[in-house]
Amino acid sequence: MSALGEGAAPVAPGRLSGLFATLGHARYVIGGNPVTGFAFGLLGLLVICAIFGPMLAPYDPLMSDTLAKLQPPSAKHWFGTDALGRDILSRVIVAARLDLTIAVASVALVFAFGGLAGIAAGFFGGWTDRIVGRIADTIMAFPLFVLAMGIVAALGNTVTNIVIATAIINFPLYARIARAEASVRREAGYVMAARLSGNSEWRIALTTIMPNILPIMMVQMSLTMGYAILNAAGLSFIGLGVRPPTPEWGIMVAEGSGSIISGEWWIALFPGVALMLAVFCFNLIGDGLRDIVDPQRRT
Amino acid sequence: MSDLLEVSGLTVEFATRRGIVKAVRQVDISVAKGETLGIVGESGSGKSVTSYAVMRILDRAGRIAEGTISFAGLEVQNAPERQMVDLRGREMSMIFQNPRAALNPIRRVGEQIEDVLRQHAQAGSADARDKAIEALRQVRISRPEERYRAYPFELSGGMCQRVVIALALACRPKLLIADEPTTGLDVTTQKAVMDLIVELTRERGMSTILITHDLGLAATYCDRVVVMEKGEVVESAPAAMIFSSPQHPYTRKLMRATPRPGIALRDLLPDDRPAPPPQSAPVADAGAPLLTVSGLVKEYPREQINFISRLLRPAQAQEAPFRAVDGISFEVRRGESVGLVGESGCGKSTTSMMLMRLLDPTDGTITFDGQDIGAIPAKEFARNPLRSRIQMVFQDPTDSLNPRFTAARAIADPLMRFANHGLNLRSRIEDLAQLVGLPLDLLDRFPHQLSGGQKARVGIARAMALEPDLVVLDEPTAALDVSVQAVVLNLLADLKAKLGMSYLFVSHDLHVVRLVCDRVIVMRGGRIVEQGSAAQVLEAPKADYTRELISAAPHPPVQGS
Repeated sequence: MSALGEGAAPVAPGRLSGLFATLGHARYVIGGNPVTGFAFGLLGLLVICAIFGPMLAPYDPLMSDTLAKLQPPSAKHWFGTDALGRDILSRVIVAARLDLTIAVASVALVFAFGGLAGIAAGFFGGWTDRIVGRIADTIMAFPLFVLAMGIVAALGNTVTNIVIATAIINFPLYARIARAEASVRREAGYVMAARLSGNSEWRIALTTIMPNILPIMMVQMSLTMGYAILNAAGLSFIGLGVRPPTPEWGIMVAEGSGSIISGEWWIALFPGVALMLAVFCFNLIGDGLRDIVDPQRRT
Repeated sequence: MSDLLEVSGLTVEFATRRGIVKAVRQVDISVAKGETLGIVGESGSGKSVTSYAVMRILDRAGRIAEGTISFAGLEVQNAPERQMVDLRGREMSMIFQNPRAALNPIRRVGEQIEDVLRQHAQAGSADARDKAIEALRQVRISRPEERYRAYPFELSGGMCQRVVIALALACRPKLLIADEPTTGLDVTTQKAVMDLIVELTRERGMSTILITHDLGLAATYCDRVVVMEKGEVVESAPAAMIFSSPQHPYTRKLMRATPRPGIALRDLLPDDRPAPPPQSAPVADAGAPLLTVSGLVKEYPREQINFISRLLRPAQAQEAPFRAVDGISFEVRRGESVGLVGESGCGKSTTSMMLMRLLDPTDGTITFDGQDIGAIPAKEFARNPLRSRIQMVFQDPTDSLNPRFTAARAIADPLMRFANHGLNLRSRIEDLAQLVGLPLDLLDRFPHQLSGGQKARVGIARAMALEPDLVVLDEPTAALDVSVQAVVLNLLADLKAKLGMSYLFVSHDLHVVRLVCDRVIVMRGGRIVEQGSAAQVLEAPKADYTRELISAAPHPPVQGS
């Protein structure tokens, strides 16, 4: 046991120093690229809104007050009120949770299935590759937003189905990136070394290939996250998916879009800005992550 | 004779996260007209950075902090960029290490030469083609009219390097910088390329800077040699002088570590260590065959270029498949090291992959310790208990270590699959690390935090972890500096003496093979040309090809000692 104890001791500083090195590198990259720092700040704000939204919101997002309807931004209602007199600031804050949940859930889903399918296709080649490739091609053959509309319309108008539809339309992206990265590494020396150590092919795919392409997939996840939010909002905007009166940025833009002509610009503008900032933030983080993960591809 | 290039007090700085790093410190170099200067040093010595500074092609993080570079009267460090653009390629040009990377893969080589000629107004649209063909002819490319239309991927490595030389010399520069021009080329190709460079530079009275890690190469082709270590010039003398009486201890160390005829393995090390102890581990029935290969064949089908040609040509008329390994037979006895020597494409790597059971042979048998392992499909061999008895040390220590595994985890990988579960993993890893001389505090580092030599040790420890009977060493030192190579070769010899296994040493370097192996097999074009004891094959070769290989390998003049 004493040998084990001694053996275990140096592990901790090694891991820790590795962590510090990563954090140090992250700080270096963010220091050299303040935009990424700003994006991470924005992400923090979004996450706080998502977690503590109902507590932060000054009003109940569903409570209508017909006496105070269609009021422009003021000290009382910072973002103004909508046609039913609901506080837009409260609704924008509370909606963050739903929109982020849809995005995170769908990206996690597509990461799991698309990533694994891509790794299998790239690593094993042959029939696996052909099947995964054809599935991806089939999905790509449709205009993706129309495909998402079709899936939600067919499966039913629920949040789960929005998540599924968003995951399906992103499948080709993940499968292809994972496939390309896995097939590059298929002949790497360390993969052959893993074979010599007696690892089975599946074990190599999961324990050797996957961790090595994870950083690249993380970048992709962040980039797709923005797209997933946009997609969910788009579906709600055209009346699929989330239904009113649930606060959701896409619905709120849809509800406010009619009022812009009559001068009530604030109803559509603020949820639209929130949407834009969220998408913006995830894209910038994706760029920043790429710099952290792979300094050579920095632009 | 006045100096064409005069570098004095050159200091190059790189801005990194850990602050400013001086890659080159106070370097003084001069090249006379018509002179060939060798800059020799190991990786990280600043030899390439010096040449990049001369060409002013340092990357963004680097800058010339101090010193002057004067080229034919021009102050390079202060010259405007526009003047430099005009200068590069016309007055001074460069040959890079990897010829394939230096050529644009999607343009015909002739067009690439034309581009340079036009850029520097050496040719108009009317005569560009003729001049490009003439440039190809001058670098001894046969059938230049045909090659003009070739893409880089259609040419061999040596051909590509010739095209790069043609590009570099197209505008008749006064100074040619060759940065490791023959690393990665075979010895016979290396000889041809170097002879060509020297001949062309003599013909035109050009000055040449040859940057290399290979003392033998510098000795053979340079008038004067500058030795660099850690960004500083430690010695500068005429080539004959530097090799007969090296002054600086670092030069002596480098000289010593370079494999050459007439020395023993221990002579490579800077300190005088006793000769390896005689085989201490008893080898059970030493001399009995451990691995017998007979009639081994590997064929690859030739791919049809396109769908239409496949349709047009009936199946029978298709070309015979390509034979990478063409019916070879040999054996490796217990406790023996056998060298497998040949140039790239000779089938030595394919052979080692088949022996390792990573690749299925087309025909023939591989008998290991009485069992025909060639019959077990490569996919299933991973679970076979014999897997643990055949292991491999890979060519590139960086590529063969999983970047996301610590050194300890890499060494543990085979143990986790094969060793019995009662084993104390950590203590076994530490034993192995001690065996290969890897400091224990490095065990929790990741590959990118280790030096080349340390990575090589991790790879060796991993191969030794299961105490295999046969270890295939696939050019284990090709990616290492000579001083590290000296240490690793000695380590391998010690390990063999201690553990009593057999080695199959795959290499292109005859000097190294002679130091390590008992018997040598020479391969060419998938066939065995010659095999026999190391002394016999290398001292008195029978085959012409072996003789050609031996004479092409450059080596520094033997020291008087």
